[in-house]
Amino acid sequence: MGKVIVVTSGKGGVGKTTSSAALGAALAQNGEKVVVVDFDVGLRNLDLVMGAERRVVYDLVNVIQGEAKLTQALIRDKRVETLYLLPASQTRDKDNLTPEGVEKVIAALKNAFDWVICDSPAGIERGATLAMRHADIAIVVTNPEVSSVRDSDRIIGLLDSKTLKAENGERVEKHLLLTRYDAVRAERGDMLKVDDVLEILSIPLLGIIPESMDVLRASNVGAPVTLADTRSAPALAYFEATRRLKGENLPITIPGDKRGFFGKIFGRKAA
Amino acid sequence: MNLFRFFSKGQSAPAARERLQVLLAHERAATGDVDLVNKLRDEILKAISKHMQVDDEKVSIKMERGAQVSTLAVDIEIPFDAGKKAA
Repeated sequence: MGKVIVVTSGKGGVGKTTSSAALGAALAQNGEKVVVVDFDVGLRNLDLVMGAERRVVYDLVNVIQGEAKLTQALIRDKRVETLYLLPASQTRDKDNLTPEGVEKVIAALKNAFDWVICDSPAGIERGATLAMRHADIAIVVTNPEVSSVRDSDRIIGLLDSKTLKAENGERVEKHLLLTRYDAVRAERGDMLKVDDVLEILSIPLLGIIPESMDVLRASNVGAPVTLADTRSAPALAYFEATRRLKGENLPITIPGDKRGFFGKIFGRKAA
Repeated sequence: MNLFRFFSKGQSAPAARERLQVLLAHERAATGDVDLVNKLRDEILKAISKHMQVDDEKVSIKMERGAQVSTLAVDIEIPFDAGKKAA
């Protein structure tokens, strides 16, 4: 039986889709069978970030409405053979997502995959609540910035009340993924510190992903950042996060700590 | 960031531009309900189901949308006695 992860945040643009693709690919690169599901009905983008946009035949709504079989809607990644994508619909709206339909699809996916990663839309409406509904694990993606932290706090509240686990008196395992972390700004004291965010949200830290050109490059060419350049800083951070997700107890590395003298000079100039 | 690696990678923006142009051309066409590839897919399946019971699990459909040419591949397993059943 596979595990269901929701990648969520409340706020838009913090890196949910990037993180869903990167973590999904990283798990699959280790040989695990992974499906990444786009819940952003009407505004799908996971297909684009994963480079499968030209190959979408059917989508999640088609499967829910019985117009296509699940196996027909799944798109297999061309680079990692245990990685699959279930795209969202682009032409219909979120009202086409029914709780019963989503439940059926998730149950079927859990049977066939080791990991089912649900990429939540922004906001706290139907798409977002259905994406988190069946989660065993939640990854709360947060930027070190006030509005993002506030929205994450709201989402954590929903995870503790609106999920199936919460309703059954159990707990969804929650992790914080701090993204777009800028070491230079942190050093200058212009950014919320990691400890500040952790103290406010009080959920365990899964990883810190540095702000990086490599993320933009990867999305430009349609590859999860962990596939585009396996040695880039964000890729390494996602690989670490993946190992923690699987239960390993790794010390957290704060990006920028390892920079040498020249790195610091260049870093300052670029800022 | 390592400067050598930064410069050795080449530009990625042209790839982004090309991918978006192809994708948006197809999406704009689709909202006007003239998405030929989707229409063909549906009609091919309808035509086949007239002659045999189509087992959804035995039908695989692949699309690849390109700038100039799109491809549609419909792969159907037709059992030996399919014709008899329909008759």
